[in-house]
Amino acid sequence: MENVEQQVAELQNQLAALQGQRVENKLSMVVFSGDLDKVLASMVIATGAVAMGMEVVMFFTFWGTPVLRDANKSVGGKDMMGKMFGAMLPKGTGQVKLSKMNMGGMGTMMMKNLMQKKNVASLEEMLALAEELGVRIIICEMSMDLMGFKREEMIKYEHLDFGGVAKFIAEAGTSKIQLFI
Amino acid sequence: MSDDIKADKVLDLKGLACPMPVVKISKGIKEVEVGEVVEAVTTDPGSLTDFPAWAQTSGNEIVKTEQDGDVIRFFVKRSS
Repeated sequence: MENVEQQVAELQNQLAALQGQRVENKLSMVVFSGDLDKVLASMVIATGAVAMGMEVVMFFTFWGTPVLRDANKSVGGKDMMGKMFGAMLPKGTGQVKLSKMNMGGMGTMMMKNLMQKKNVASLEEMLALAEELGVRIIICEMSMDLMGFKREEMIKYEHLDFGGVAKFIAEAGTSKIQLFI
Repeated sequence: MSDDIKADKVLDLKGLACPMPVVKISKGIKEVEVGEVVEAVTTDPGSLTDFPAWAQTSGNEIVKTEQDGDVIRFFVKRSS
């Protein structure tokens, strides 16, 4: 009898360990880039994946972080470096530029016009759609700290969270697909 | 409109670009009962490959595809 109990306990432990490793129907993405084209691609993949029945987690880090700043919010109490980064980096989706053919902003403007003409959703529309579809976004705490961003200046988004690499690895470890953009 | 297949719901997705047609059909299919058919009308040529891929992954069935010039009609049966 004792032997059976021991075996059951062992099996329970193994089951718990397996559950920690199970792969879910999930897509995890690192959005490292702050370029309009690349962020747009990441949003198309994210919303498309939800349509395919997947759960989606996007981890915004480094140059991707300022894309999620709210253009209408400003916070005080920053040091000199924080102010400098704040002024030099894009403040939200509206200031994000193309990685190629930006031509001092002309190229980005032309691309936005073209997208509108061709009925391709804008970055703002994609972000709103992602929120509606339940795409989770995690903003890298370390990038925010490095660039002097505060939580209060980030966009309002229903499924927004802040975290570090462990959070991403935990999500990626149980995902079918992992991408770095 | 096809003679033999009757759509329970029609989705007009004309003019929409990737990923919108697939996003809309994934929502629209949930608005009918299992066994019912959604007719999705698109003008995005990419949907010719995207819809079958979506159907296979999401476990739904494209019972018929019609093409008339730029307009593509998918009859999608909700299977799950």
